[in-house]
Amino acid sequence: MNAPLVSVRELDTWFELRRFGFMRVGFVRAVDGVSFELKRGESVAFVGESGCGKSSLARTLLGLHRPTRGEIVFDGVPLHELDAKALKAFRARVGYVQQDPYGALPPFMDVRRILAEPLIVHGVSDRAEREKRIRAVLEEVRLTPADDFLGKFPHQLSGGQQQRVVIARALILQPAMIVADEPVSMLDASVRVEILNLLRRIQSQRELTLAFITHDLSTVRYFAERIFVMYAGKIVEQAQVDALLESPQHPYTQALLAAIPDPDAENAAHMQEVPGGEAPSLLNPPPGCRFHPRCPKAIAGLCEKEIPPVFEPRAGHYSACWLHK
Amino acid sequence: MARNGETLLRVENLRLHYRAAAGVVRAVDDVSFEVRRGEAVVVLGESGCGKTSLSRALLRVLPRNVAEYSGKVLLDGSDVMQLGEEQFRREVRWVRVSMVMQTAMNALNPVVRVGEQVAEPLRVHRNLPKARAMQRAAEAFELVGISPDFLQRYPFELSGGMRQRAVLAMALVTEPDLLILDEPTSALDVLTQASIMNQLKRVKRETGTSFLLITHDIATSSEIADRVALMYAGQLVEFCDASRFFGDPAHPYAKLLMASVPRLRQVVRPEHIPGQPPSLLALPSGCRFAERCPSRFERCSQDPPMFDLPDRHQARCWLHEKGGGR
Repeated sequence: MNAPLVSVRELDTWFELRRFGFMRVGFVRAVDGVSFELKRGESVAFVGESGCGKSSLARTLLGLHRPTRGEIVFDGVPLHELDAKALKAFRARVGYVQQDPYGALPPFMDVRRILAEPLIVHGVSDRAEREKRIRAVLEEVRLTPADDFLGKFPHQLSGGQQQRVVIARALILQPAMIVADEPVSMLDASVRVEILNLLRRIQSQRELTLAFITHDLSTVRYFAERIFVMYAGKIVEQAQVDALLESPQHPYTQALLAAIPDPDAENAAHMQEVPGGEAPSLLNPPPGCRFHPRCPKAIAGLCEKEIPPVFEPRAGHYSACWLHK
Repeated sequence: MARNGETLLRVENLRLHYRAAAGVVRAVDDVSFEVRRGEAVVVLGESGCGKTSLSRALLRVLPRNVAEYSGKVLLDGSDVMQLGEEQFRREVRWVRVSMVMQTAMNALNPVVRVGEQVAEPLRVHRNLPKARAMQRAAEAFELVGISPDFLQRYPFELSGGMRQRAVLAMALVTEPDLLILDEPTSALDVLTQASIMNQLKRVKRETGTSFLLITHDIATSSEIADRVALMYAGQLVEFCDASRFFGDPAHPYAKLLMASVPRLRQVVRPEHIPGQPPSLLALPSGCRFAERCPSRFERCSQDPPMFDLPDRHQARCWLHEKGGGR
């Protein structure tokens, strides 16, 4: 039981960019040299801004992108060794909760049909058995009474209810892991908390591994045990949630945390500290540390030349920054 | 020269209803508030509460299926609702009141250089010659923190944050009295969001422009708000100073909403608000929040008016009726 469910080693997911369809321009290094392990029953969050590669990482974990280099080992089996049939079986063990529930649900199918689809694809041919499992999963995501929802189409549901259907669909094949890509960013504040609580409850009841992809550090505390902070295709910091939020080690994480306001009228009285510039292009990332052009603490002669290795400035707290040397 | 603190915009009983197949959508339903010179008023609300319709009603950018559009919009005391469309276009829209619409950064013309687009309001509304207009556009760029070198670029050459700044520059270039911003940062990253909010604060301080910021993002809105107007189901339910709103709001919906905001620096578990807002097509009689309200009592079956509380504070809740409740 102690073996990790997922182990990712030196993973690269690059996308080739061509001009006019044939001229090679280079590679977009969406995920670049990423390694980590996810334990069984653990809830983790990958945090970063748009374009940092977090969604590409999620899609690679789901087997939707083929890694350019490196390997993903799921439950002891390397993904790249799977043939088409085994890959299909793998997909039944990993659920995907998409960002935009409305876009993720086919508009012409009712809830019953949406939830029956994965069961049919994976060979549950008994109609009564399917109905039983559909009702059970609707119960689990609290869309009750099930009869009120089974015949509804996505547009007849509120955003929160749609996202519950997406979650139900991800759960119905009894996966070992759920990958949730910004599961609440399209929802209103008052609904967000409800969906996050739901995911967290299901995760602990089913002892699922849950990988959250999010840009919102303020909610991470409530649903993840560990955080990975990504910047420009790399994981720059990794720690337990409280350790990371209370004493961030990497200058990027520090800037990110400082830029998130809590609702307070005092905020209007002063300026926030924001590092200048913008996140680099993943087509042509800066040499050395990718954050060095924006970093207030960059060490001249080092950070712009050498890629920082991962240091462990505190026990169990990892940060890829030369300051910890 | 008008001074800071005087009333710039006064909105009285504004209504904007739409016709739909299923009936009338009461998106803005009897909304009244005011904005003073140099002040930032934030209109907060969740999706579908009518906040974007409110901004459209103020600038008279209306769709075709309007069922009712009425009320008063007083700018420096004169009712611009009385103006004809041509006069409104010439004298108010983008001259005295500018607007940055939601996702405006994606509405830039892809084949025209950004500088020309930013200078365009001056050419149209102030009849400035091109060179002069471009010079003013450069100044507007500096005001929002972009190098004037970017004037010559095309929109696709700019990042999202840069485009948002360019749109902001376009709205500021005519030096309006009031700038309406509809979700100006919601599509942007955390760091970009923080830097745009910094820029807005700077513009507010340096130019004395008044802001009406429409958003669902409570934490970010606190970066600039002097006063907060909270909308629910087409109505304002609370209007008060920012310190009051973020600290100790009066309306039960406001209290629950504040409790639903996740906080980074406090370990308080955010709580969700059970239920959903009513459909604007079929509004309940009485208080529109009553169905979800933990403090509901008999009185709530009647429509509550806006009650005046001390310190220019208003709340639409029977709990605050004089002599009743608290």
